[in-house]
Formats: sequence, structure tokens, C-alpha cells
Amino acid sequence: MKKLINAPEAVLAQALSGIAAAHPGLKVDAENKVIARASGTKPGKVALVSGGGSGHEPLHGGFVGGGMLDAACPGEVFTSPVPGQMLAAAQAVDGGAGVLFIVKNYTGDVLNFQMAAELAVDEGITVETVLVDDDVAVQDSTYTAGRRGTGATVFVEKIAGALAEQGGSLTEVAEMGKRVNAASRSFAVALTACTTPASGKPGFDLPEDEMEVGVGIHGEPGRRREKLRPAKDIVATALDAILADQPLRAGDETIVMVNGLGGTPLIELYVVFNEVAVALADKGVVIARNLVGNYVTSLDMAGVSVTVCKADADMLSLWDAPVNTPALRWGI
Amino acid sequence: MNGVSVDTDLARTWVQAIAAAVDKNKDHLTQLDSAIGDADHGTNMHRGFSAAATAVADYEPDTVGAVLVKTGTTLISTVGGASGPLYGGAFRAIGKALDIPTADSPQFAAALAAGLASVQKLGAAAPGDKTMIDAYAPALAAFQQQADAGAGLAAAALAAADAAEEGMRATTPMQARKGRASYLGARSVGHQDPGATSTALVFRALAETVGDHAETPGAR
Repeated sequence: MKKLINAPEAVLAQALSGIAAAHPGLKVDAENKVIARASGTKPGKVALVSGGGSGHEPLHGGFVGGGMLDAACPGEVFTSPVPGQMLAAAQAVDGGAGVLFIVKNYTGDVLNFQMAAELAVDEGITVETVLVDDDVAVQDSTYTAGRRGTGATVFVEKIAGALAEQGGSLTEVAEMGKRVNAASRSFAVALTACTTPASGKPGFDLPEDEMEVGVGIHGEPGRRREKLRPAKDIVATALDAILADQPLRAGDETIVMVNGLGGTPLIELYVVFNEVAVALADKGVVIARNLVGNYVTSLDMAGVSVTVCKADADMLSLWDAPVNTPALRWGI
Repeated sequence: MNGVSVDTDLARTWVQAIAAAVDKNKDHLTQLDSAIGDADHGTNMHRGFSAAATAVADYEPDTVGAVLVKTGTTLISTVGGASGPLYGGAFRAIGKALDIPTADSPQFAAALAAGLASVQKLGAAAPGDKTMIDAYAPALAAFQQQADAGAGLAAAALAAADAAEEGMRATTPMQARKGRASYLGARSVGHQDPGATSTALVFRALAETVGDHAETPGAR
């Protein structure tokens, strides 16, 4: 393992100190491990809280700020935060209009946020939850834990965050978050495994000429392993899976994210985005807005995820609303 | 055979024995988790049980259950992931069922059943899903069988530990249907489940703790 760390067990605490030092717009509660807006929550505004394991930066702390999240609770690397953290976050940011928890569908995140919601209700805080489950690599069935929540988390946080900023009620903001999730699909491919600081070794062995197809964001192996193919073919695989689940017609407008998993250079992400743009243009589908970069990462994993949101006019308008966070910033 | 009952001291020793076993096996648990999960089970369990051992070290409550409730609460607030709520909820449920100064084997069997019910309620998993339940359910059944037959804690706990380990080994050929390993589908086959493995450690620690007390001349 070759990493810029001091000690594996100190990574989270020291990264939080770094986030606090780097971004004056954020305040960090080191004891409860909560990242919140330094300005606090405007009275009467619905507060958005998200969280999950660390190692996915900029998710979630990088999306705390005007127009997006009010607070984020980062757990240990790839480990869900604990209920006390989420409760502390909810208490810190509740502006009287309630708190929306945005939760990625991973068993640990779901269970801990569920317990936190119960604790928050006991404290007199109104809580709604949006569960993000956009990953089409996992087949939904009653026998599984359901689809994973991955890239669409960024879309949900941005669009619901904008509605909250505009004065939407807790019910309205939660409904919008659920609509965005329902309209979004993701698919990811890994070229290398990632190495958590605690284990010190790559999560799985991947030969030079192979790739893991259908991975999540925790360094877990994917659905299957295949020979590495050109970007064009990988994009075709991803879009086939996405469109099989969420058909798009000519004239449909989308928000598309081509997301690096942490170890892929931007030039490759642009190669991938080009293939996505060509493939969708062939079908007459419009990419109305896009993101290309590292937004939901998996430590040092090389690879890419593609997320497509079939966006309506409300979503596009909220997408364009001002946002001022470390990782997304426009319109201010 | 019926000489031992679980008191607060024994409960505390059990928690400390689990912490020691997890410490010794943390790399093994993480290695198992890296095959079908995200390589943090050993680290998380170690963080949680170390904190729990510390939390109960100087804790002198009136009931044996209080020690275990405190253990569960500590696990929930330190482990994270799915294991925090599942193990934490289980220990809280076991503890809540033991609102008494000491527990004999039928009472302890009933408490262990409450713990399994908590895990099943929260995780919605069933035997055969390749989870900690595949070690816990056979362990509980073995414990109950011994208790019903009039055996003491030492014999019941030993039978439970053996059954848990057998259940743990039986997870290897299963396909995961719950938790993160379920995302691998058929690729989860051939790997022993880390949660079932840590559950087997918990029951082995109980058997050893109770066994040590049973062997001590004049103890209880």
C-alpha cells in the first residue's frame, strides 16, 4: 500500500481537519464527525443531511453548502456512519422545517439512518428519508437487498437541495428527491480494485487485461469479469443496461454524469463522455446538462460510472439554480 | 452441571473474551470480507468490541442484562456499517430479556432467542441467506435443546459454539441474498460469510467464559 497518510486509524479525523482548514464555508464538528455549513440553516428552510462511508470524496462533505446539503456525516472508510452522528447532524441543522435524510441503499446505511430517524423523532425533529437506489448492475428482486445507491445521489442532493433553498416544504423536497431517484439509473465498470487504508491490500485481484463489470462504490467485486474492451464497447454495455431499465425516446432530455471512481484521469472520462454523447445523439436523446469528473469515488479505484437522469423541466430548472459547495459551484 | 449461572461478572468477562477473540481474528474477518464485501468487518468489530470491553470494565449494575444492554448500545455507536445495528440490537435485546441478577440456562436461552429475533427483524434475513443468522440460528437451537434437556450453561454454551462453527462453515457454498455480498450474485458462492464467522467467535467466547467459571472450584 502506497498512500499519503499518517496512520490508517487517523485518516478520517485528519481528513476532517483538512476539510475544515480548506473550506471556510464549512464547519466541522470533530467529535461527532459532522460537516455542516458554517452559516447554519436559515430558519424555516428544510435541512438536507446525507452521509455514508468515507472514501467517496467529494461525496458527501464536498456537497455541503448553499443550494445543496446542510450537513454530511462521514463514517469510517466504506463504513456507514453511526446513528449518533446522524442525530447530531440533524440537531445541528434543523431549521424548524424538518430534516431530509438522503440515504444510499446499502444495508449499513439504511439500518443506521433508520435508527437515527427514530432518535430524531424522539427529539421532536420531523424527518423524511429518500432512499437512492439507481444502480442497474444489481437486479431488483424480493430476494436481494435491492439496488445499490451510487451516482444518482449527486442528482438527488443537488435538485432536492435547490427546492429546499427555494422554500419547498419537507414533503415537497422529499417528493422531488424520490422523483429524481426514480428517473435516474447508473452503471459502473472497474479497471482496478481499490485499497482501503485499514486492509492495506487491493479488495480483489484483477489481471492487466480484465475489468470488473457492474461494480458498486465500495471496492467490492462486480457482477462479472470480462476482458478489457475499448471505451466505446464499455459505454455500450453501460447504456444498454441503463436504457433497458429506463427507456428513453427521441427528444427526451437528460442529465448525464460520467464519474471517475478515483483512479481514472480526466482525459479517459472525456473519452467516455464522448462515447455517451454520440450514442445518445444516435437515439435523438438530448443531454441537457452534464457532469464529467470525480464526484462519487471509490478511493483509488480506476474505472467509471455513467448515470443518466431523465429530467423534466422542474428538475432542469432546479439543476440550474445556484449552488456553492466545495465540489459543485455555479450561478453564484 | 447446573453449578454455573450468568451474573454481571460473567457477562462482563464474556464481552471481554469476545473483544480478545475479535482482536486476534480481525485480519481474518477483514480478509473474508474483502472477498465478498468491502474489507472492513474486522476493523469495525474490533473498534466496537474494544469500546464495549472498556465501557463495561468498571460497570457494576444490579442485573446481568444491564451489562449486555450497555454492550449493545456501545456497539451501535461505534461499529458502523450493518454490523453495528445488527450486533448492537442483538446485545440490547439479549440484555433486555435478562432484567435479573443472575440467569440460568433456560433464562439465557430465552434471551439469546430475543437476540436472534432482533437480528431477523432488522436485517430481514432468513437461514440460508449467507449472513450471521446462519451461525446464530443453529447455535440458538443447540443451546435451547441442551437447556430443555436440563443441561447447565457450560454444556449448552459448548453445544452452541460447535453449532455456530458448523453453521459458519456451511455458509461457504451459499449464494448471498442479503447485505452487500448479495450484489455479487452467484459470485458470492465459495466464500465463508464474515458475519457468520464473527458470530461463531461470539458463541465460542461464551463457551470458553462459562467453561472457565464452571471449572473454578467453588465458583457460584
